Amino acid sequence: MSIPIKTTGAEVRLTGLGKRYGQVQAVKPLDLVIEGGTLVTLLGPSGCGKTTLLRMIAGLEQATEGRIFIGGRDVTLLSAGERNVSMVFQSYALFPHMSVLENVAYGLISSGEKKRDAHAKAEAVLETVGLKGFGGRLPSEMSGGQQQRVAVARALVLEPDVLLFDEPLSNLDTRLRRTMREEIRALQQRLGLTVVYVTHDQAEALAVSDKIVVMRNAGIAQAGAPEVLYASPDSVFVATFMGEANHVRGVIESVSGEHCVLALDGARLTLPGRGLPPGPVDAVIRPEAIRIAAPDAPNGLEATVARATYMGSHTEYYFSTAVGELFAQGADRLRRRQPGEKVRLLLDEEGVVVVRP
Amino acid sequence: MFFGTSFFFWLIAALGTLVLPWHMQQDGLTLAGLFALGRGEAEAASALSQATQFGRFWFWPVIAGLLLALPGALPTGERARRARFLVWGGGLGLAALVLQGLAVGIQGWNWPVLARLFGELEDRQFGIGLGGALAFAGFLILLTDGLALRGYLKGDRFVSGAVGLLVASIVVFTAWPVGTVLSEMFTPRADLTLGAAMAERLFDSKIWGLGCVTGRVNCGVFWNTLLLAVSTATAATTLGLCFALIVTRSGFRAKKLLRLLTVLPIITPPFVIGLGLILIFGRSGVFNQIAESLFGLELGRWIYGFNGVMLAQVFSFTPIAFLVLIGVVEGVSPAMEEASQTLRASQMRTFRAVTLPLMLPGLANAWLVVFVESLADFGNPIVLGGSFGVLSTEIFFAVVGAQQDFGRAAVLAAVMLVVALTAFIIQRSVVGKRSYVSMTGKGDVGLPTKLPPPVRRVAFAIAIPWAILTVIVYVMALAGAFVRVWGRDWTPTFSHFERAFALEWSPAGALIFSGGAWHSLFTTIQLAAIAAPITAGLGLLASWVLTRQRFAGRTALEFALMLTFAVPGTVIGVAYILTYNLPPLEITGTAVILVACFVFRNLPVGVRSGVAAMSQLDKSLDEAAVTLRASTFRTLRTVVLPLLKPAIVTALVYSFVRAMTTVSAVIFLVSAEYEMATVFIINRVINGDYGLAIAYCAVLIVLMMAAIGLINLLVGRRNLGRRAAAIPTPAPVGGRA
Repeated sequence: MSIPIKTTGAEVRLTGLGKRYGQVQAVKPLDLVIEGGTLVTLLGPSGCGKTTLLRMIAGLEQATEGRIFIGGRDVTLLSAGERNVSMVFQSYALFPHMSVLENVAYGLISSGEKKRDAHAKAEAVLETVGLKGFGGRLPSEMSGGQQQRVAVARALVLEPDVLLFDEPLSNLDTRLRRTMREEIRALQQRLGLTVVYVTHDQAEALAVSDKIVVMRNAGIAQAGAPEVLYASPDSVFVATFMGEANHVRGVIESVSGEHCVLALDGARLTLPGRGLPPGPVDAVIRPEAIRIAAPDAPNGLEATVARATYMGSHTEYYFSTAVGELFAQGADRLRRRQPGEKVRLLLDEEGVVVVRP
Repeated sequence: MFFGTSFFFWLIAALGTLVLPWHMQQDGLTLAGLFALGRGEAEAASALSQATQFGRFWFWPVIAGLLLALPGALPTGERARRARFLVWGGGLGLAALVLQGLAVGIQGWNWPVLARLFGELEDRQFGIGLGGALAFAGFLILLTDGLALRGYLKGDRFVSGAVGLLVASIVVFTAWPVGTVLSEMFTPRADLTLGAAMAERLFDSKIWGLGCVTGRVNCGVFWNTLLLAVSTATAATTLGLCFALIVTRSGFRAKKLLRLLTVLPIITPPFVIGLGLILIFGRSGVFNQIAESLFGLELGRWIYGFNGVMLAQVFSFTPIAFLVLIGVVEGVSPAMEEASQTLRASQMRTFRAVTLPLMLPGLANAWLVVFVESLADFGNPIVLGGSFGVLSTEIFFAVVGAQQDFGRAAVLAAVMLVVALTAFIIQRSVVGKRSYVSMTGKGDVGLPTKLPPPVRRVAFAIAIPWAILTVIVYVMALAGAFVRVWGRDWTPTFSHFERAFALEWSPAGALIFSGGAWHSLFTTIQLAAIAAPITAGLGLLASWVLTRQRFAGRTALEFALMLTFAVPGTVIGVAYILTYNLPPLEITGTAVILVACFVFRNLPVGVRSGVAAMSQLDKSLDEAAVTLRASTFRTLRTVVLPLLKPAIVTALVYSFVRAMTTVSAVIFLVSAEYEMATVFIINRVINGDYGLAIAYCAVLIVLMMAAIGLINLLVGRRNLGRRAAAIPTPAPVGGRA
């Protein structure tokens, strides 16, 4: 398959970039580097400023402070059309009165290309996204996934320095979402695109990203590779946002070198110390780190089954313990625990993190 | 591309300043006039040669502004530097242009301060012409370009220019005239001091007198107007509610027919109802003649005065209340009523305790809409008022009568303006609070509850006779066109049509439009056709700017636009002649003033249908186009406009039709050359020539129905289909007549 797209996969550098509407700070001044050819996700709950940040990179919102550099060029004051970026919108924003081909060629014609060349190029890009022969249709005559592809093709055809996605999969059903996110990731890697991707779905972020930027309250909570964010979150917020997590209070009994000993009721765990001093601390326990054991197992947390919900492949348990309620998944299909049953919980040290309170 | 660049607009400004005649030429815009440039006559010269050859030094700042803007207009150089030159140059040019226009009038200095500073001026100047207008436009765009370069409005030149254009046109054609009216109150009269003159105007017993309460003297026009507006609003709202309930909440068969009623006020020239009433209840009316011949009763002139005007207004405005209230009644979610009934409330209790309270804000809105309509109404009082004066007619007589008292007209206009604005502001706050009327956005399921039988009986008892009466009035009004002399000679005839619309063949074989009405009809159609696209264009541009752009002063701009709607036509008429009679903008008696009047009176309609349609359009469509390298203008042309076709057509139709039926403002602005159909008709009515007046009305109605039908046919129901429901028929809120 021919790939007619040549992109530079430019680096995006934000320095002190911020946005305020009157009294409201939509994005607090932040620094961020998005390396060329990588896919970076902006992840966060609604209202955290992730879309505003994306729209500032696109040039659809004007920054009130700071600078934006794309491929080393300062584009802060340039309008959307003057920056070499393209965007795929949440609603796709396909022009309903134009055919698919006209939609894809629109940007090329806007840039002053001849209609014939633009159409030829648009055909080629449609082929790249697997929509050969669909050019004559109207967007309304296509399925959601196809529309999504048209939107991607329309953005790609301009060979942008940066490709922006604003929650591109939120209008698709679960099954299609999985396929599409893989397609987007494959396309990005094949073409070496720089992509900034906004989503509120952590699974989606984990699946596609080279780097995830978790945002909260108009600022960056933590940025890093997916594994890093999941395994060693900097805060309870990041931990609970990146997948399921139990948040409990514990005590660091001692610190030695890189490691510390965390006391949770009767259990003692040796964990990476993360520079925290001895004393009370927040701890995050992933559900998959909790194993259910017999009531007499050593170094376990005493617990009583509060609720048990049968989920088919596994059972979801809520345990009441001395450190609070814990949520866990029991994979043991044969041995379902009943509410009121006494057990001990063994904690896998891989899945427990201490967090600065 | 050269067109549309800053330099292009600099050239326009330069053309206006350096080459073309600055002032308006006596014989209009002629080629001969253009070629006679600077031939020894100051008035025909450009600003440059007026300054150099005729010592008109007040043009130097304008020229300075032009030169200052040049470095910024050239497409080279640093952004910030260009911005500085453009802002200062454009701003200076604009300010100098406006100030010199205001400062130097037909009698030298307009402001005494300047006379003291510079000494008496021997010179004078007339109104701004082609050169001045081009210079104004050029400087304006240079200024907005500069602001865009500085980063205002996301640095978008097109948006910045659009905002500049809108602001400038609202200032020039609405704020300035309205301000002039208000300031006229403070103009001293020769024989009185300022205070005394104001006091006499403001506390005039002809306006505020309460003689009618105590004795047999007439009350002041203010009280007349208020009483009339309150009575009309109450009656029309009640009737409108009955109609709305019947149409939406009963199994009445002829619903469609009733809905037709709502179209009537839009296409009816404002005095058809008045004429119909005269033909029925006037001294030689059908009803009076029957009463006299059967019972020997002499009914006399009761129709002239408060009774008649109110009756006519209720006929005219009930459809408007109906239109507003259909939406209100349909807005009450059936789920609420069903909930009430499952809570063991009877039908009657549901209606009283749930339906009515939910409709209350809507009712208040309808009441206020009719109140303002009645306040601004000119057609009915002028036809039926007799000695019963209301503000709009008093203003008219103050201007056209023997008195020619502009001060008095201005005071009356100011009073009217204040009342109208108060009602407008109350209305906005009422509508603003309406949010609890099923605004969930999801379609509520459930069937609308049928009316409780007692309410149903009352509604039918009131509405049906009224509907029949309305039809009779219209039929009578139109029948009058086909009878020789109503009340005396019932011979059927086409003579009225012949007098109005006769066609003859000249000996040379050319067609001569010899009927008396042709001239005004052609003028009306021509001006309405010129005004309609401008109105729709400006209106859509405004609605696009308002819905899609964020900038400082957006709310103010929106409010100013909507305010235009609240200003009664009579006030606008007076304001326009007061403002545009004198330089710098001396357009009284030209077609420009009429077109401007149409455009700015109807602009809010265009804005409304535009805003309604625009909010249906996903904003990311525009944004997608912008990120796809389309310029703002290309986005508008290739994405927004094609998707807004229905709204454009609505705006076109309404502004065209309203321009054809308006009378209150244009009656002050017509001239022999530019006579409007409605004014022609009013003059026939005043002369008692009802037959011709009615014949003309009939032709207008047919014309407009044809226009609406044609446009519907062209656009097709298909396009209007689902979206049309979302574009509310622009219910006029302010002075339509």
